[in-house]
Amino acid sequence: MSHEIPYIAAIGEAIQLEMARDEDVLYFGQNIATTENDEFLKAFGSDRVRVTPISETAEIGMAIGAALAGLRPVVELYMAEFMLVAMNQVVNEAPRFRYMSGGRVKVPLVLKAGYGFTAGWAGQHTGSIYGMFTGVPGLKVVLPSTAADAKGLMATAIRDDNPVCYFHHYLLTLEHGEVPDGEYLVPFGQAAIRREGGDVTIVATGYMVDKALAAAESLAAEGISAEVIDPRTLVPLDIETILTSVEKTGRLVLVDQATRYGSPAAAIAADVAEYGFSSLKAPIKQVTALDATIAYSEPMEAFVLPDEAKISAAVHQTLGSAPVAA
Amino acid sequence: MTELDNNRLAWIYTEMLRIREFEERVKRSFEEHPGVIRGHTHLADGAEASIVGSIATLKPGDQLTATYRCHGYPLALGTDPKAMMAEIYGRTGGLCGGYGGSMHLVDPERGFLGTSGIVGQGIPHATGAAWAAQIRKRGQVVLSFFGDGASKQGAFAEALNIASLWKLPIVYVMENNSYNVVTRVEQEDANAAAGEPLAVKAKAFSMPGVTVDGGDPLAVYDVVGTAVQRARVGDGPTLVESKVYRLSAHGNIIAPPGVPLHYPEHEAIEVFGNHEEYAAALRGDPVPRFRVRLIEDGVLSAEQADAIASEVRDEMQAAVDFGLASPLPAAERALDHVYA
Repeated sequence: MSHEIPYIAAIGEAIQLEMARDEDVLYFGQNIATTENDEFLKAFGSDRVRVTPISETAEIGMAIGAALAGLRPVVELYMAEFMLVAMNQVVNEAPRFRYMSGGRVKVPLVLKAGYGFTAGWAGQHTGSIYGMFTGVPGLKVVLPSTAADAKGLMATAIRDDNPVCYFHHYLLTLEHGEVPDGEYLVPFGQAAIRREGGDVTIVATGYMVDKALAAAESLAAEGISAEVIDPRTLVPLDIETILTSVEKTGRLVLVDQATRYGSPAAAIAADVAEYGFSSLKAPIKQVTALDATIAYSEPMEAFVLPDEAKISAAVHQTLGSAPVAA
Repeated sequence: MTELDNNRLAWIYTEMLRIREFEERVKRSFEEHPGVIRGHTHLADGAEASIVGSIATLKPGDQLTATYRCHGYPLALGTDPKAMMAEIYGRTGGLCGGYGGSMHLVDPERGFLGTSGIVGQGIPHATGAAWAAQIRKRGQVVLSFFGDGASKQGAFAEALNIASLWKLPIVYVMENNSYNVVTRVEQEDANAAAGEPLAVKAKAFSMPGVTVDGGDPLAVYDVVGTAVQRARVGDGPTLVESKVYRLSAHGNIIAPPGVPLHYPEHEAIEVFGNHEEYAAALRGDPVPRFRVRLIEDGVLSAEQADAIASEVRDEMQAAVDFGLASPLPAAERALDHVYA
């Protein structure tokens, strides 16, 4: 059985279910639970649900301390950029403790943050900055693209014994989707093949998955069969599914909202070049944001972002074919 | 505070001696066993009274975090010095299997949750552990140890604000040794420059702030004990400024491989040329000072104090021997423990 809810509600549903299942799960952060009517506060009480000051270093640092003491905190950070204020805690504290202790302690926590709000939020609230965290051993990085995955990946993140950066896309917030009822877990490190095809592999993350599927639909009308893969988690990355697909199609287009040199697409391209080179019939194409800060004004914002037309053009380039005129 | 009986007073003295002897053996390792210790070490000599006086106030189940200057706390908590020395030597028999080294000792079973090597960043960790303690309602208290330099980090202000706001069961023990590496506290702290104690920072967070002579274990026990009791009954945090004098330099020299590592002179002499300040610190050395007091008060005889010192020397010699005998880890173990 399933029900249809928005992506953001699916995240909340997972947190609710996990808090009901495990009394060690905490939920805290800025601007939550400020009145007695808050549903989390009503359900779980003020010990486990708390509003914090605007103090990211303390919020994330306290999550680490609570995790070391045996609890499972979920930190509501609102916007991914706010993590930058507390970069030391995210990058140089949370993922280091288990390793430096030789496995004597663990740090299970979830940093929940929205990203990519490319709807006029200008330069400081629109970044797709997950690439800053994918290269940090000890951190896991999750990028749900559907309501069902938003629920299932959050539940898995809360049960994981490591620090997990859970990045939800702001433009997906109100997108509705079918979500399984009750307990629902999506395993980390298992890519989803969103559409099967034989001519070209398109790997897309987050909000770009829908753009890639739209492009694949248009390409199908031209007789081009595109396979669309959503990695769902960047760390751990299911490179096997991507390599298997490239073995079949011989062509790879990588789509990511992050800037080119800060994008996980570059790491995927490197892996495929190293381990799947003999399968490739054409150079790998990367469709990423251009290397600029996101502008406020709409035409400039749109100019730097990947879109359906840019994805289709990249597919045509890998096939050596010209796009069909609209 | 609870009166300390003679056994407990002798325990405090013994722990102070153990920390001193352990640190001296770390320091001597640079000459006696060149190359065995890598990177950077930071010694707690001079802070023994503050460390042991603070930890003496704790009950089983209480917890603490500290900084890269972290050898003293686990010793007083009962961690095996053999495992600690082996860790500092990077051996498989080390407390953390050689993954952490001198700056990152941890012993969760004894309540020592860990350290951050980055100044001030462990303060929120202790505060989060105190939140966990508050939720669990078992009367646990957390001690957060850090230096005076850490009080200029945002992490300090952010964590103390929340701890006071939420009345968390935590005591912040700021060991003020008057130096941030080679910078004197008056050069970088507005309170110190104005001639005020650093404990006044507590006022900004509406919590008590107390300054204590960190060279006197009984004064520390009294002040930290009062703060621990306040935390345990749910009245919230306290900032304790414990004034100590670090008797060694900030750490061993920072040098690339090939340059033999060693401890330079203390910054008072090496940087500021202030021989009198350092000589005064040696005259006030908390370890002999407490020995004299215990003998004067009839707690220990000189012979008993000597016997303790002799046992401690043997114990730390055994720690060095164990560390040297413990094998280096297999290289490929480097990929263990990246994820749980």
